[in-house]
Amino acid sequence: MSKPTTSKPQLKVLGIDVESIRVLLKVIIFISIAGAAISSRLFSVIRFESIIHEFDPWFNFRATKYLVTHSFYEFLNWFDDRTWYPLGRVTGGTLYPGLMVTSGAIWHFLKNWLSLPVDIRNICVLLAPVFSGLTAICTYFLTKEMKDSSAGLLAAIFMGIAPGYISRSVAGSYDNEAIAITLLMATFYFWIKSMKLGSVFYATLTALFYFYMVSAWGGYVFITNLIPLHVFVLIFMGRYNPKLYTAYTTWYALGTLASMQIPFVGFLPIRSNDHMAALGVFGLLQLVALGDYVKSKVPSKQFKSFLVVSIVLVVALGIAGLVGLTAMGWIAPWTGRFYSLWDTNYAKIHIPIIASVSEHQPTAWPAFFFDTSMLIWLFPAGVYLCFQELKNEHVFIIIYSVLCSYFAGVMVRLMLTLTPVICVAAAIALSKLFDVYLDVVDLFTEDASARPSKSKKSKRFPIAALASKALVLLSFTFYLFYFVLHCTWVTSNAYSSPSVVLASRNPDGSQHIIDDYREAYYWLRMNTPEDAKVMAWWDYGYQIGGMADRTTLVDNNTWNNTHIATVGKAMSSPEEVSYEILKQHDVDYILVIFGGLLGYSGDDINKFLWMVRIAEGIWPEEIKERDFFTERGEYKMDKDASPTMRNSLMYKMSYYRFTELFGGRDGVDRVRNQQIPANDPPQLNIVEEAFTSENWIVRIYKVKDLDNVGRSLNQATAFEESFVKGSASKRNRAIKRPRLEVRE
Amino acid sequence: MAKNTNVTTPAATNGASPIKKSTGRPSIATTINELKSTIDTTLSNYFDSLTPKLKLIDIFLTFLVLLGVINFVYVLLIGNFPFNAFLGSFISCVGQFVLLVSLRLQINEDNGQKFFKDISPERAFGDFIFASLILHFIVIHFIN
Repeated sequence: MSKPTTSKPQLKVLGIDVESIRVLLKVIIFISIAGAAISSRLFSVIRFESIIHEFDPWFNFRATKYLVTHSFYEFLNWFDDRTWYPLGRVTGGTLYPGLMVTSGAIWHFLKNWLSLPVDIRNICVLLAPVFSGLTAICTYFLTKEMKDSSAGLLAAIFMGIAPGYISRSVAGSYDNEAIAITLLMATFYFWIKSMKLGSVFYATLTALFYFYMVSAWGGYVFITNLIPLHVFVLIFMGRYNPKLYTAYTTWYALGTLASMQIPFVGFLPIRSNDHMAALGVFGLLQLVALGDYVKSKVPSKQFKSFLVVSIVLVVALGIAGLVGLTAMGWIAPWTGRFYSLWDTNYAKIHIPIIASVSEHQPTAWPAFFFDTSMLIWLFPAGVYLCFQELKNEHVFIIIYSVLCSYFAGVMVRLMLTLTPVICVAAAIALSKLFDVYLDVVDLFTEDASARPSKSKKSKRFPIAALASKALVLLSFTFYLFYFVLHCTWVTSNAYSSPSVVLASRNPDGSQHIIDDYREAYYWLRMNTPEDAKVMAWWDYGYQIGGMADRTTLVDNNTWNNTHIATVGKAMSSPEEVSYEILKQHDVDYILVIFGGLLGYSGDDINKFLWMVRIAEGIWPEEIKERDFFTERGEYKMDKDASPTMRNSLMYKMSYYRFTELFGGRDGVDRVRNQQIPANDPPQLNIVEEAFTSENWIVRIYKVKDLDNVGRSLNQATAFEESFVKGSASKRNRAIKRPRLEVRE
Repeated sequence: MAKNTNVTTPAATNGASPIKKSTGRPSIATTINELKSTIDTTLSNYFDSLTPKLKLIDIFLTFLVLLGVINFVYVLLIGNFPFNAFLGSFISCVGQFVLLVSLRLQINEDNGQKFFKDISPERAFGDFIFASLILHFIVIHFIN
């Protein structure tokens, strides 16, 4: 489409220059894309309210609040003594500060420069939609480097509304990925640009954006492996040129040094195996540059032997060095999370805590169609077209798509990094198609040149060609419309529900909101001492810290597996054992999530097996997963439940007084569809019920103090109950000598 | 084979290499000889094509390599206790080295026209200064 205008600058439509019309159209398109990207992410804010959604964002929100209420320096040196209770968390050194600093900067900018004092919560909630608009623009520039600006616009539209990306960036999902994908695209754009031009300036920009990306998301490792792989493949295709050298080495030198400034990353870029590919390619590139220089000076025959000798030497030395350093422990081997990408069974066997996260499961086919609609079948076509016109930047897209398709297949969560390349490749394919079928100009120009030589009859109107083109165009326009519909539907129905507030429908269709979480968290916030320690499973750690503002034992940052196993052991042990643990850790309150009354399936009983497994990993003698099943190996809560299960603290706390709701009949657990026997209700000796939310979703128990007269709590409760029940047991009292040890 | 090599090596420096059509694997002696002649050619060619600017850059490059080697030897001898300081100084050498090599590639006469069409020597120098400034800022930040 851009071809004719360059040759004819005087081309005008309605007296306006075509070039300026094009600019105008682009601006309008960008505004609409940004509008669509932002507005399609606002479903949850409009339906519910402007709150932070999932678990992780609550910590980011809390850290951001700390940043804007304290100084930047205090934020960097923040020791958080309200999480991981006995241990605390060196927050400054264990988080990626990019997200918080970004929203803190926006907050300051709005407040001080534009005089718009906006609540930090609203900035956090709306950060992801705003950055999704920027992502669309970055995708435009990246795709423009691959093909032309029309493909870029298509890619920007796709990226703006593709559900695969929306799922991680709806309003209220204040997670690292919200800005990370923007930075990913920006880094890739500058990389492609610098690689094409060989410009040190763009390479420096790549390094700077890479630094920003490192500060924002742990997924920066993806960039550190993708760019070297790109260069490596280009070298092996014999496409080395000095531009590659200038771009890559500048990026690597600056980017690596810059990435080491983030305290959480530290010396990882030179110590860990994840980053060794970049270093290796950096070294290789030096040699290749030298070889290239030599090659330009000597005849090819001689060069061949030079090449063979040096390649053998380099490969041998490199592999020996890497293996040696890893074996000597100078370079850390693959981290577990990363390693589980290659050996997909690794996590399940060795690190249950990684396997326990639902995002770390393999992806099913429908998820691909669900998340990217028609783009998923344009994606391979786009990659194929990249092969056809195999420039250096197309190699990048091919590598990116192959690698990321694999990763997205292994882990649901990595759909997120696949979505950009799907959008780019699909845009390339679709715009190639449009280039051919939208080009009606040559149809008519050919016609016009042919007409004067022929007869005056203008019956030679190319109706067949036009009709076929129109048919193809119409069908793809239909697909595009359908894509918008699909995206909007998916976003509205699947990805726009805050997990803090549960929505259900009343019989008359009106919305019924179940707000038990906040009810309970606010109870904790208002009715407990400020230094109370709350023990809950790690899923709820961030939310308790964020909403209830109380000290937790474990949270979603699962950096200390043993501590989590301690909590798991306390939950899955009998009362006497648990009480020891609770007292050792100064626990005041225990919070469990119970969905049995409402049919809320994500409750703690369903997560209970993971607690058992994680605890079993540390104390295999005391906790055994087998004991929690019935004899036939079933996971049951009803009268067949195993004694270990019935005696576990989690079971007792979940079903405490549950059957009372059913007036003497057996209680019905609506999640597990099992009958909880009414005649044998669980007795709690070491804790007392402190709060149960409206729908029994959140139950909070207060840990009892040690008994005043030194009895064990079981005895004390039994003694008290004997008064309640009347003097039945008092009547026949036995006087006999107790068998006690000698007192020392 | 061994006879052949004696004949080929002097001729090979001219780039003609007329005889060597032995399709069998060359002996190690051949390879070493060829390697030696390769290095000789390259070195002589290098000294021929040196302009003052390139010479300046290359002297700076040698100096950086020396600094890096001294750094490294020091670490090997004494130990790397403030590891960030060592890394900062070492990477500043390496980073400055690659930036200089990039500059050298960009302003070099033979490459400049062929590969870096869009980058004039002045632009290359500006880029170099920009990148170097950022490098030094980060290094100073890192050394603490």
